[in-house]
Amino acid sequence: MNFVMTPEQESIRKMVREFAEKSLAPTAAERDEKELFSREIMDQIGELGIFGLPYPEEYGGAGSDFVSYAIAVEEISRVCASTGIGLSVHVSLCAWPIFKYGTEEQKQKYLRPLAEGTQLGAFGLTEPNAGTDAAAGSTIAVKDGDSYVINGSKVFNTNGGEAEIEVIFAATDKAAGLKGLSAFIVEKGTPGFTYGKKEIKMGIRASVQRELIFENCRVPAANLLGKEGEGFKIAMTTLDGGRIGVAAQAVGIAQAALDAAVKYSKERVQFGKPIAANQAISFMLADMATKLDAARLLTYRAAYNKSNHLSYSKEAAMAKMFASDAAMSITTDAVQIFGGYGYSREYPVERLMRDAKITQIYEGTNQAMRMVVSGSILR
Amino acid sequence: MEIVVCVKQVPDTTEVKIDPATNTLIRQGVPSIVNPFDKNALEAALQLKEAYGGKVTVLSMGPPQAKDALKECLAMGADAAILISDRAFGGSDTLATSYTLASAIRKLGNCDIILFGKQAIDGDTAQVGPETAEHLGVAQVTYASRIEVSGDVARIERESEEGYEIIEVKLPAVVTVIKTLNYEPRYPSVKGTMKANRAEIPVWTAADLTVEEGRLGLKGSPTQVRNIFTPPRRVQGVIIARDTAREAVAELLQKLTEAKIV
Ligand SMILES: Cc1cc2nc3c(=O)[nH]c(=O)nc-3n(C[C@H](O)[C@H](O)[C@H](O)COP(=O)(O)OP(=O)(O)OC[C@H]3O[C@@H](n4cnc5c(N)ncnc54)[C@H](O)[C@@H]3O)c2cc1C
Ligand SMILES: Cc1cc2nc3c(=O)[nH]c(=O)nc-3n(C[C@H](O)[C@H](O)[C@H](O)COP(=O)(O)OP(=O)(O)OC[C@H]3O[C@@H](n4cnc5c(N)ncnc54)[C@H](O)[C@@H]3O)c2cc1C
Repeated sequence: MNFVMTPEQESIRKMVREFAEKSLAPTAAERDEKELFSREIMDQIGELGIFGLPYPEEYGGAGSDFVSYAIAVEEISRVCASTGIGLSVHVSLCAWPIFKYGTEEQKQKYLRPLAEGTQLGAFGLTEPNAGTDAAAGSTIAVKDGDSYVINGSKVFNTNGGEAEIEVIFAATDKAAGLKGLSAFIVEKGTPGFTYGKKEIKMGIRASVQRELIFENCRVPAANLLGKEGEGFKIAMTTLDGGRIGVAAQAVGIAQAALDAAVKYSKERVQFGKPIAANQAISFMLADMATKLDAARLLTYRAAYNKSNHLSYSKEAAMAKMFASDAAMSITTDAVQIFGGYGYSREYPVERLMRDAKITQIYEGTNQAMRMVVSGSILR
Repeated sequence: MEIVVCVKQVPDTTEVKIDPATNTLIRQGVPSIVNPFDKNALEAALQLKEAYGGKVTVLSMGPPQAKDALKECLAMGADAAILISDRAFGGSDTLATSYTLASAIRKLGNCDIILFGKQAIDGDTAQVGPETAEHLGVAQVTYASRIEVSGDVARIERESEEGYEIIEVKLPAVVTVIKTLNYEPRYPSVKGTMKANRAEIPVWTAADLTVEEGRLGLKGSPTQVRNIFTPPRRVQGVIIARDTAREAVAELLQKLTEAKIV
């Protein structure tokens, strides 16, 4: 058993932290306040090679592993959770299914620019009537000669409108249910592919979610990802990995909240002493730190399993569910420790609390995570 | 183009405190960093390489931990790094340091341009770059904010308080670089970081260099530090803010007259 980061993982943490603190921190609150998505930041992350962390060098990646990737998402999210999810969706939900299920041509054409960071990626599964019940979507793809004609819409698409590459899901055989879903790679600018409204949100307000609209959108048959009917499997295995990113995002948010709470509780004086001198506060900090550590270990364990080709579906679900619940409780406690100032938008912890909430919802709600975990142990 | 950058590992002075009893730096627990001006010099080197091709080698003289500083330079994009380290170099002042660095640069051979940060933030002497140029017998330009090369001539913008001078020198030459937006250090990349991690950094000892023993380390260091002290704080100036410039100037003149300055 080894709980020590490798020198490579340590140095990637240091590198990403330095970038996040110098480049993201100064504008994080303002981008949240004004709901500004920054393409420039995503491009910078791409240039630094962070998008390519877990992918092999032959596809433009860095040839590192998923633990380093989780560390990168954590460090970015510690400073700006909005940027953290943009990174996570790009790497885990768009690049990964192409890496795992794509043909060699698809990998060279799409994975390479994603790993090299010259193009941005997104993932479109959710529809207005198909959230947790992902197979209930009404987007359809009909084969016509050398192409598929796609009709329908997707909602809540993270990076939507900005991403050059979308991995989306549509029914090629509606009657076949789960087994009739297929995955497609769709390029931005394809005729018939447009964007609808942008979401206005509680948290991660500097990330962008947009509706995708497909009206007789013709996609080359070569852009079918995997085989016809494999879409549901592709979506679920992709989300298994995505959850490691969401868990890491939650860990980063929670770390930021704990750091802020520790600092504030040592500085804030009431009744003639720092509030940290009250056990009511110091025990709260102890619980926060313990939950955070457990969340981080679950997250790295899932990432480790993924890197080492061990099963990680249950582990990622546990990590995502535990880390997101931990982040929600830790950020709520941080607001409490800041008292009235915690509730004020002049201090950073209210943003962390708003940002934490989404980690319990997306890439499978925490109820869905319990379905995955219980399903796995009752099998 | 063969480019050499000399870097020093220094304590992060933004985190350093002075021990009031001894007037010396409290180094314990202070993180070590690459001297910030050296990062500007490295950025200049990387941009020269991008513009004209070639290779960037970073050199550092220091204890074994200085490898961390060299690794950071490799992560930013330097091609090679060499640590110059030996007990015999301990206690070097700027003269012995520049002598040792010059011997290492001579051993490297065919360098076109040798870059330094304008000064190190711990010693603040700004002497090592110019002294190295003297040992090597090559031209030197200090306080550079831009470097362009054509053929064997470098055209350099040299900052001064009044503006900047444009100086042309024949290469090889030593150039010291200031903090400037032109050479804002880049972030290390993932690939650079991973490469740096795997890199084996060669260590050159005194035995690897052609040097006279008496010119190394403490023996080769004529400088004697008598006393280090914190200079008295400058008292705050007075700001004369009035509704109009006329009023403010009148008051200023009055004060200057009272003080018998004018
Ligand atoms: C900011 C944001 C970004 C997103 N990004 C993306 C993206 O990039 N791509 C994408 O495809 N989707 C994305 N989503 C969609 C997200 O994954 C879904 O919102 C999520 O899966 C839940 O689906 P839903 O909102 O339809 O909720 P519903 O499925 O309607 O769930 C409502 C509630 O019912 C519960 N529930 C549902 N079914 C069950 C059950 N069987 N047992 C117990 N409880 C149940 C849920 O847990 C939840 O509490 C994003 C959403 C948001 C808010
Ligand atoms: C939206 C809003 C409206 C408000 N309206 C009003 C108003 O109309 N009038 C008004 O007068 N005030 C108002 N307030 C102020 C509010 O009552 C205070 O914020 C609140 O009393 C907490 O004080 P504090 O923010 O200074 O936190 P602190 O007293 O600094 O408390 C910080 C943390 O330390 C804990 N703590 C402090 N002392 C101890 C102790 N001895 N033992 C254990 N834990 C301790 C607290 O429980 C808290 O978790 C308002 C605040 C807000 C945010």
